[in-house]
Amino acid sequence: MFLSMNNVHKSFTNNDKTELVLSDIQLDVKEGEFVSILGPSGCGKSTLLSIVAGLAHATEGSIELEGKTIKGPCKERGMVFQQAALFPWLTVEENVMFPLLPDMSKKEAQQKAHQYLQMVQLGAYTKHSPHEISGGMQQRVAIARALAMDPALLLMDEPFGALDEQTRSRLHEIVEKIFLETKKTILFVTHSIAESLKLSDRIVVMGTQPGTILEVIELNFPRPRSQSKEELLYYEEKIQALLKSEIDKVTEKEQNHAASR
Amino acid sequence: MQPAVKRVIFYVLLFGIWQVAVYLFDVSPALLPAPTDIFVSLYEGFSNLTLVYDLVASFRRLFIGLAIALVLGLLLGVLLAKSKTADETLGSLILALQSVPSIVWLPLAIMWFGLNEMAVIFIVVLGATIVMTINVRTGIINVPPLFIKAAKTMNYRGFRLFSKVTIPASIPYAVTGMRLAWAFAWRALMAGELLSTGPGLGYSLRFASDFGDMSRVIAIMLLIMLIGIIVDLLFFQRIEKKVLRKWGLAT
Ligand SMILES: Nc1ncnc2c1ncn2[C@@H]1O[C@H](COP(=O)(O)OP(=O)(O)OP(=O)(O)O)[C@@H](O)[C@H]1O
Ligand SMILES: [Mg+2]
Repeated sequence: MFLSMNNVHKSFTNNDKTELVLSDIQLDVKEGEFVSILGPSGCGKSTLLSIVAGLAHATEGSIELEGKTIKGPCKERGMVFQQAALFPWLTVEENVMFPLLPDMSKKEAQQKAHQYLQMVQLGAYTKHSPHEISGGMQQRVAIARALAMDPALLLMDEPFGALDEQTRSRLHEIVEKIFLETKKTILFVTHSIAESLKLSDRIVVMGTQPGTILEVIELNFPRPRSQSKEELLYYEEKIQALLKSEIDKVTEKEQNHAASR
Repeated sequence: MQPAVKRVIFYVLLFGIWQVAVYLFDVSPALLPAPTDIFVSLYEGFSNLTLVYDLVASFRRLFIGLAIALVLGLLLGVLLAKSKTADETLGSLILALQSVPSIVWLPLAIMWFGLNEMAVIFIVVLGATIVMTINVRTGIINVPPLFIKAAKTMNYRGFRLFSKVTIPASIPYAVTGMRLAWAFAWRALMAGELLSTGPGLGYSLRFASDFGDMSRVIAIMLLIMLIGIIVDLLFFQRIEKKVLRKWGLAT
C-alpha cells in the first residue's frame, strides 16, 4: 500500500490529565488517490495530518509511506496549512523557491517556481509581496510552494477554510486540475461536505471524543462532479446524518458536564 | 485643519507669547532668555562652527556606542531566546538592570576607564544593549510556530532553519529594539557628556551653564530635542512602519 496508517493512537497530556485525541486510526490510501477527511471540529483531523507530515508523533501505532515508517518531516510530504504560512520577507516567487534553493541553482529554482506559479494561475504576480495579494491568492502560492517540492503525497489542512464561497469554488477547480495533471496523492482535511463530495475519490468520516474513523465512503463518479448532482445528494444526506449524531453526542456531553458543575 | 497647520500655529503662538512675556515682565536673561536670543545663539554656534564640532564629537561617540550595543544586544538576545538556563539566570539580571538608568554607572565607569570618552561610550553601550537584547529575545520567542512548521516540512532544520526563518521572522522586533536603543543611547550620551568631559553637545551645555550663558544652554537643549525627534521620526519610525507593514503586523 502507498500510504498506510496502522492503528494510530494519539493522546496529549496536559496538567497530568491525559486526553485521547485519536483512537485506532486504520486507513490505507492508494497512489494517485484523492482522500478527504471530514469530521466535526476538534476530532483530531489536524493532529492526524501533522502526524503524517512528521510534525507530531503518534503515541501508538505507525504510519508508512511507500513501505518506510514516517519519523519526521520530509520533502516527500508537502503540506498546505489553513493559513498560507508564506514568509512575508520574501516575494511570491522567492517563497516558492524556498524549498528548492538548498538543492538547486537559483536559476533552476526560479524557473521551477514560475512553472508552478503558472499552474496556480499566478504567473503575473511573481514579484509581489505576500501582503500585496489576496487571501485566496496567498493560498494558491502556498499550494505552488508545496507542489514545487514535487512531493509524493500532498497534505492539505482545511486550505480554503478561511475563504469566501466564490474564491473557494475557483480554487476547487484549480486543485482538481492539478490533481488530474500531476496525479499526486492528496490527503485533504475539510469540514465542508460539499467540498469533499466535489473533490474526493474517498471520504473518511471521523467521529469525535476520541477521534475515530466512522465510515469510509467511496465515490465512483466521473469528474467534474457537477454532472452527478442527484446521485451525490444521497451521500450528502448520509454524511450529514453521521455528523449530526456526532455533534449531538458532543452537545450532550457538554450539557452533562455543565450540569455536574 | 491639517495637523501640520495646527502645529505651526501652536509653535508660533508659543514662541510669540514667550517673547512678549520676557519683554513685558523684563525677565533677566540669566533666568529665561527670549526666543530671539536663543536663535541668535544657535546661529552663532553654527556660524563659528563650535556647535558643528560638538555635534561631530557627540555623533562619533554615539555611533561607536550604538554599533557595539546593537551587535551585543543581538548576540545576547539570541542567547537568551535559545538557552533556557541563560534566560533564567542572565535574563533576570538584564531585566533588573533595565530598571536602572545607565547614567548611574558613570562614577564606576570613570574609575574603570578614566575621565574620558571610554567612560561615556560605556554608558551609551550599557543603556542601548539592554533594550536591544530584550527586544531581540522577544522577537525570537514570538516567531509564529506556523512558520517553523511550514519550514520543517520543506526540509529546513538546525542552523539553516534559524538563519532563514527565525532571524528574518523576528526582524520587526529587532527594528523596534534598534529604535529604542537609539533613544536610550541618545539620552545616555547627553547625560554622560554633561557629567564628564568634552567635546560634545552635553559638555558644551554644562560649559555654557557655568558661564551663565542661558541662551546657549537652551539653544543646545533645542538642538538635542530636534535631533532626537528627527532621527526617530524620519529614520527609525519610517523603517519600523515599512517593516511592520511588510511583515503583515500593521494594518
Ligand atoms: N498540542 C496540543 N496539546 C494538547 N491538546 C491538543 C494539542 N493539539 C491538539 N489538541 C487537542 O486535540 C484535539 C484535536 O485537535 P485538532 O486540532 O486535531 O482538531 P481538528 O479536527 O483539526 O479541529 P478543527 O476542525 O477545529 O481544525 C482538540 O481537542 C485539541 O484540544
Ligand atoms: Mg484543524
